[in-house]
Amino acid sequence: MKADPSGVLTGTHNISGNYACAEGALAAGCRFLGVYPIAPALEVSERFLQRAKKVGATFIQMEDEISTLAAVIGASWTGKKSMTVTSGPGLSLMMEHIGLGIMLETPCVIVDVQRVGPGLGLPSQPSQGDMMQARWGSHGDYELIALAPSSSQEMFDFTIKAFNFSERFRIPVAVMSDEYVAHLQEEVVIPRAKDITLEPRRYFDGPIGSYLPFKRDEDLIPRMVDIGQGYKFHVTGLTHDDRGYPIMNEECQEYNVHPLVKKIRDYTDEIIEVQEVNIEDADIIIISYGVSSKAALKAMEQARGLGLKVGSLKLVTVWPFPEKRVAELAGKVNAFVVPEMNFGQVVLEVERCSYGKSNVFFIPHGGKGVEDTEDILKAINQAVQDDRIIDRIVELR
Amino acid sequence: MEIPKTMQQEETQGSRSGMDITHPMENVLRMDRIPHIWCPGCGIGLAVTAFAAALEKAEIDLNKVAIVSGIGCTGRVAGYVKLDSFHTTHGRAIAFATGIKVANPDMKVVVFSGDGDLIAIGGNHFIHAARRNIDMLVICVNNFIYAMTGGQVAPTTPLAAYATTCPFGCVEPPFNIPYLAESSGAVYVARWTTLHVRRLMNSFVEALNKKGFSVVEAISPCAQYYSRINRLGDGLDMMRFYHDNTEIRHGEDTKNLDIAYQGKIIMGKFVDRERPSYTDRYNEWLSEIKDDENEPG
Repeated sequence: MKADPSGVLTGTHNISGNYACAEGALAAGCRFLGVYPIAPALEVSERFLQRAKKVGATFIQMEDEISTLAAVIGASWTGKKSMTVTSGPGLSLMMEHIGLGIMLETPCVIVDVQRVGPGLGLPSQPSQGDMMQARWGSHGDYELIALAPSSSQEMFDFTIKAFNFSERFRIPVAVMSDEYVAHLQEEVVIPRAKDITLEPRRYFDGPIGSYLPFKRDEDLIPRMVDIGQGYKFHVTGLTHDDRGYPIMNEECQEYNVHPLVKKIRDYTDEIIEVQEVNIEDADIIIISYGVSSKAALKAMEQARGLGLKVGSLKLVTVWPFPEKRVAELAGKVNAFVVPEMNFGQVVLEVERCSYGKSNVFFIPHGGKGVEDTEDILKAINQAVQDDRIIDRIVELR
Repeated sequence: MEIPKTMQQEETQGSRSGMDITHPMENVLRMDRIPHIWCPGCGIGLAVTAFAAALEKAEIDLNKVAIVSGIGCTGRVAGYVKLDSFHTTHGRAIAFATGIKVANPDMKVVVFSGDGDLIAIGGNHFIHAARRNIDMLVICVNNFIYAMTGGQVAPTTPLAAYATTCPFGCVEPPFNIPYLAESSGAVYVARWTTLHVRRLMNSFVEALNKKGFSVVEAISPCAQYYSRINRLGDGLDMMRFYHDNTEIRHGEDTKNLDIAYQGKIIMGKFVDRERPSYTDRYNEWLSEIKDDENEPG
């Protein structure tokens, strides 16, 4: 399926990450945006509203982030691709409905423009402190998909990718941006509508009365219908059977919830994307995502200039985590260097997946702008000198 | 995956006995979900019956009606009504329904939930949907207590009434739901008890055909918790109380509708007015924008 040209602003633009996100959403066919105002995510809704009439999109500003994601899920069932955009404190409030979205298997996109926490933190500074919250914040067992853009162009591309994943797997997908990417003015090339491929929603088209909202196809993904088509279906956030009726026993819990996890875990090869540079001969690999990967690539180049064999692995999808690839590399390289704009989140996954076979050097970063190339170089330097297999945090200050 | 045996629904009464029994409301109720979960003496079933009758009487396209419930005893209603139906999170039914209505204005949206769900945890969504005048019907079954969780004090529990979390009597004044609805912007506000099923049904019919945020409060006996803790007898005794202690005062000022413990309950249609709905205003705003006026360069 190709993009609807009315939403695609083909051309080369010099726009911020937030604007690029709105453009990506419109190009992907998003026609419902629910928001609650929060810094530094505001400009997405401003841009979206500027274009709403021409594109035929609907917008609502709700009374809080709880109701916002509830409205987005409701809107998605009308057949409109739906999205919300928020920041850390808002994401905290959205946890309830991430769980509902998972349980109702509702496609939707949540853009989290991360700011420094905890609590109210620094509203206008970038951070990568919500990575674990996005993955584990809602109660119960679930899998979701999270993408981490590092530039305006990626903001555009990954927002489209997020909508495609959400329709493909009937799941909420998070785009983990941050304040730096959100406000960075960069060149964004928006292709022609016919060059943008979109994942169509998989509809049930059988007779009225025969629709089962959670009857899974071979690939574990159930089919959807829209509200108002006459199917008169029922869905519930309780543990349910194929009909969407609540069934309160352990067998049904297994029947219902196991596929929620399996429908992602069985398709990690299709979902996971990493960008590898200079991996082949590397002794040390910098694993990074989002804006940190800008510093990581620069540090890699500088280290190569000094004759050190350093490679870079950039995570496009942070969740599900590319555990197979990291485990594969763990036996081959001396060390992973992990710069993150937090005090240690995704590094825990790197440590887990390296099974003690490689050193893991973590560079903590508690909100002093963006990741510094110097810090990464220092960590690389330590990694070169210390090849004992031990996890360590690089002492920087 | 095979469907486990414990999940397969038992056959319904009719087919088991081999007789051709059809329920008169089969058209609007999910018969495959009967029996329902509500206790003997509960009034929610009566409110659902009144609603089901109203759906048929209102002469609206049932394919274009969606029902959303939150959590609690009344939160289960969506699961028994044969419409596009959603059983959502605690207190957020109105927010979820707002998304449906705004994204697809052709739908008639009904929120059917309880007092704790709509007025406590969902209180913020209630007042904001009323303020925006989202075109939806909110049916609030008020049984003065959190019943699903075993009888805790609610924001509607009358002063001095007992509940498990106020063993010495409720010390918080309750919300007057019609007053809250009217002052927040609702265009249609009515209150009945579940004894007055025909009047309740007529209010549902009126409200289903009303454009804007409509609230119908249905006061219901909770024979299992509210009544037992307060020693008010069984469901029938509470119905008798409603019979003897209610008064119809249409158009009464909603300020005067507080409910005291075992006090007189004023019922009727209190508010029926016109205000532009959210969708009206949104479309008006869109039509005023000239093409490309707002288009970024």
